[in-house]
Amino acid sequence: MVVVKRFVLQVHRKSDMSKAVVDLPPKGGFSFDLCRRNEMLISKGVHPPSFRKTGTTIVGLVFKDGVILGADTRATEGPIVCDKNCEKIHYIAPNIYCCGAGTAADTEAVTDMVSSQLQLHRYHTGRESRVITALTLLKSHLFSYQGYVSAALVLGGVDITGPHLHTIYPHGSTDTLPFATMGSGSLAAMAVFESKFREGLTREEGIELVCEAICSGIFNDLGSGSNVDVCVITKGHKEYLRNHQMPNPRTYVSSKGYTFPKGLTEVLTTKITPLKEKVEVIEGNDAMEE
Amino acid sequence: MSIFEYNGSALIAMVGKNCFAIASDRRLGVQLQTIATDFQRIYKIHDKLYIGLSGLATDAQTLYQRLFFRHKLYQLREERDMKPETFANLVSAILYEKRFGPYFCQPVIAGLGDDDKPFICTMDSIGAKELAKDFVVAGTASESLYGACESMYKPDMEPEELFETVSQALLSSMDRDCLSGWGGHVFVITPTEVIERTLKGRMD
Repeated sequence: MVVVKRFVLQVHRKSDMSKAVVDLPPKGGFSFDLCRRNEMLISKGVHPPSFRKTGTTIVGLVFKDGVILGADTRATEGPIVCDKNCEKIHYIAPNIYCCGAGTAADTEAVTDMVSSQLQLHRYHTGRESRVITALTLLKSHLFSYQGYVSAALVLGGVDITGPHLHTIYPHGSTDTLPFATMGSGSLAAMAVFESKFREGLTREEGIELVCEAICSGIFNDLGSGSNVDVCVITKGHKEYLRNHQMPNPRTYVSSKGYTFPKGLTEVLTTKITPLKEKVEVIEGNDAMEE
Repeated sequence: MSIFEYNGSALIAMVGKNCFAIASDRRLGVQLQTIATDFQRIYKIHDKLYIGLSGLATDAQTLYQRLFFRHKLYQLREERDMKPETFANLVSAILYEKRFGPYFCQPVIAGLGDDDKPFICTMDSIGAKELAKDFVVAGTASESLYGACESMYKPDMEPEELFETVSQALLSSMDRDCLSGWGGHVFVITPTEVIERTLKGRMD
């Protein structure tokens, strides 16, 4: 028996270039290079910042002709309201919209990402997007990050197979329901739905019920507030009713307002820079061709 | 102590009639010790676009350098300046990229867009955009700034009146915050000129 042995000759090449680290532009996705530094800071007793959350009330229900989604409009940073009129109903496709609760950056980023992926998919297939496609893309992304991407979503839309309404939890589990609520105000809103929902609501009844549920969240939950946004999706048509109801108008405005006389503030230095008009140079080929 | 309270900052941007103002305090501290009283927090990206960065000063400087680089690259490729909305999306994407190990910065972006329409926006440290039509605030003095701006803001102010309002809101809020202060730096940008002023404030 012949045993064949192969020796691999390893050539060590000495690089002529110095050990410069070439910073290639990142290929997209998350980059973790500041994690070690941040962990070192935490171990030294420095607390990480709180992210903006949308402590929220978001709802969805299926009515006779399609799906109605609703959301409040308050964005909070800890106990402070940082945005009194933010948009929580995100566009996914012309026939699919998604409400988002949880960390604001996560809901915005994940819905934008899935929206782009669906657009590419539509170019690829030449067909209208299906709600179940958006659902699968969202749940697989959220599951792969094991709940660290903190986005709780209510996804609704009408496609060729009919109206659909789903809820997606931050860890990636989903539910398919005729009516759904999510967010810190979900219990208040669910109480309204459980008592008044029935199959086969008309458009007006559906919008009224959604508004009532969101208002219940706005008035009873501290993390939700301001106005009610509603989105009605039917076959081939959608209506985004921004600020459909504004039950919290600002009534304490002073009629005169504050007027500060000119020159009140003490100024140390002033520098005025006039902005030059950008001159457009038009290539004149005629001048050269004589 | 939170990482945002390490250096201390106060930033505000407000919309007026075809103009906007962006203002900051001037203190740089290391916890409770002041080490500089002329620290620049507001940077120019191009003639009609300014970004203010609050939070940890080292991250603010690094982030500004990265953003300025990206804008210069954009200018070379597109042969024009970036629109404020586009720039806000760029900042949001760069911050969200570091979602699990973020820059400890809260940017305030202010610019004049198409037809010289003012645009302001702020974000949290992972890029959640907040577009506002009236004013945005950031920094350790943000709670006082919210209150001051809510009461002092009026829509459609002329540049002179806008300057006075922004300055008063900034100075009064800095008075209620230990970590920001030592004067103010206010930029008022109109379609034709940029007026940069430094304010006299309490030096404590």
